Amino acid sequence: MSHLSERLAQLKSENRAAFIAYLPAGFPTVEKSKAAIEVLVKNGADIIEIGFPYSDPIMDGPIIQEAADIALANGAGAKEVLEILEFTTNLNVPAVVMTYWNPIEQYGISKFADAIKSANGSGVITPDLSLEEANPWINESNRAGIDNIFVAAPSSLPERLNHVASACSGFVYAASLMGVTGTRTSVSSSAKDLVARIRESVQTPVCVGLGVSTPEQAKEVASYADGVIVGSALIKILLEQPDFETGLKELATLTKSLADGIRQAR
Amino acid sequence: MSTTTDLTGGKPDVSVGHFGEYGGRFVPEALVAALDELAQMHAQTQTDPTFIAELDELHRTYSGRPSIITEAKRFACYAGGARIILKREDLNHTGSHKINNVLGQALLTKRMGKSRVIAETGAGQHGVATATAAALMGLDCVVYMGEEDTKRQSLNVARMKLLGAEVVPVTSGSRTLKDAINEAMRDWVTNVADTHYILGTVAGPHPFPTMVRDFHRIIGDEARAQVIELTGKLPDAVLACVGGGSNAIGIFYPFIQDTSVRLIGLEAGGDGIETGRHASAISGGRPGVLHGARSYMLQDKDGQTRESHSISAGLDYPGVGPEHAYLHDIGRAEYRPITDKEAMEAFSLLSRTEGIIPAIETAHALAGAMKVGNELGPKATLLINLSGRGDKDVETAANYFENLKM
Repeated sequence: MSHLSERLAQLKSENRAAFIAYLPAGFPTVEKSKAAIEVLVKNGADIIEIGFPYSDPIMDGPIIQEAADIALANGAGAKEVLEILEFTTNLNVPAVVMTYWNPIEQYGISKFADAIKSANGSGVITPDLSLEEANPWINESNRAGIDNIFVAAPSSLPERLNHVASACSGFVYAASLMGVTGTRTSVSSSAKDLVARIRESVQTPVCVGLGVSTPEQAKEVASYADGVIVGSALIKILLEQPDFETGLKELATLTKSLADGIRQAR
Repeated sequence: MSTTTDLTGGKPDVSVGHFGEYGGRFVPEALVAALDELAQMHAQTQTDPTFIAELDELHRTYSGRPSIITEAKRFACYAGGARIILKREDLNHTGSHKINNVLGQALLTKRMGKSRVIAETGAGQHGVATATAAALMGLDCVVYMGEEDTKRQSLNVARMKLLGAEVVPVTSGSRTLKDAINEAMRDWVTNVADTHYILGTVAGPHPFPTMVRDFHRIIGDEARAQVIELTGKLPDAVLACVGGGSNAIGIFYPFIQDTSVRLIGLEAGGDGIETGRHASAISGGRPGVLHGARSYMLQDKDGQTRESHSISAGLDYPGVGPEHAYLHDIGRAEYRPITDKEAMEAFSLLSRTEGIIPAIETAHALAGAMKVGNELGPKATLLINLSGRGDKDVETAANYFENLKM
């Protein structure tokens, strides 16, 4: 069982949802992204999702695009992603990598699965790896002993949804709405339906992402999902503050209030 | 040759759209249901007499098909004296081959009950064609265009707006065609319930490479019969420019079984492959996944897409359609780079020798014809897809030749 699965099982026994916090690796720089991850962990994030910055992120809105561009301009690549993954798991928190498919294919599928494992990463989220193309990756991640996490969408038809959910280990990533990442004023009602539909097919925990940005939204999602994924709202804080130190303070405040919201949900 | 092989099972499996190891589907799950519906609708309509008749009537009474062929006798003197035959897609309504695909997809949009279409555009030809079809069929239309391209092709921006489309300048990434596709994909993921994405080339996730090819194969079907009627035989080579590769696959496809006919795609060589500033995915790239399919592409060691460079906005794209990747690997088609300079010489030459101003994209194919004609000599017959007209490029050309004088 991966560190991720252990942590989700433990939180389930405590009757609360996990707080999964996302940051792109190397944003704004390698050292600063490590500092930001420390802030997330100290202030209540249960699991860290590390983004592999990519040139063509079609599932991401403007905030994550901008952060990825900054990280890439500062030289973030596979080496930096793995370095930050290892740094994170050394904080004794479960961590997964979120990456578009081409960087894995270019690194080498087998080699990438091994590298995630040796950095003590729990698994990889692949938002654009369609199930039809996923067999080589599923085989390699199983061999390496890491989780493979796919994204389920509200538009998935029942049979398809069952296939996607069944292919996941660790957790099923439920996209709360039809759209890209970013902050939203409310969480779509389709999220709750989707979680219920996924639970009809599998026992795997279901975590909800896309558009969750405030403590109120996090609390609402935490009342029914096994995990709440927040990304853009955290990055926005760092992008908006004039200097990084102030950004980290604001990040600590938001992280803590999101964590509190999630803890008060049930 | 439409057979596509599933890597895992080894059996032909058209449903996932593989061409050897290329193509397939690498997309957010939110799009899968829409892609499945589209694939099914495309397959159905391919043999539906009502659909075929509707599209055929649009071709005849709206876009002006069949397009003619023109023998370019004066231009031929610069191509080793080879017989040069031009397939005149520039004479189609809206000025390029793009309308063939757009009319087909717009009809499919109506059949799927969707009311809004979106498109990406580089040179603006596909955007203009989409805006045209949307106006004709009463569909809302949004066109994504890299900010850089809106400047290079301002005339086409004005045309799209006149046709009632909204043009959204894309300011992310390299601000060109690649980024316009990203933005269109993001729109589609969000609005897929009422929106169809009219992708303009033979790239993207299944079924786009197959579907767009099927809507453009009319170019090759007509040209093959026309050349045989004119010359009594098959041509020795068929040439076309390749960015994403839609006009090329359209004219190549009906010749694939004619193994005596060489198929030659001309990629945008920019400042030259050796400079790294080019848009030649096959000649200067390697396999990877971009915009939902596996094919050749320009990328760095980490798989980040590299920016492409070409004087031609329509070829300025770091990827290429997966079927071209496959035809290249099996040796059925050849792909060569043509530099900006070579293309502009051919652009000027066709204008002065034949009274036809080609699109700069198309000029790459003409430059290729000059080389291949010289290699094969006066006995050879070359069929060239004259994919678009150059009105939109007059400003670029004026600047280019003016700079040369300095």
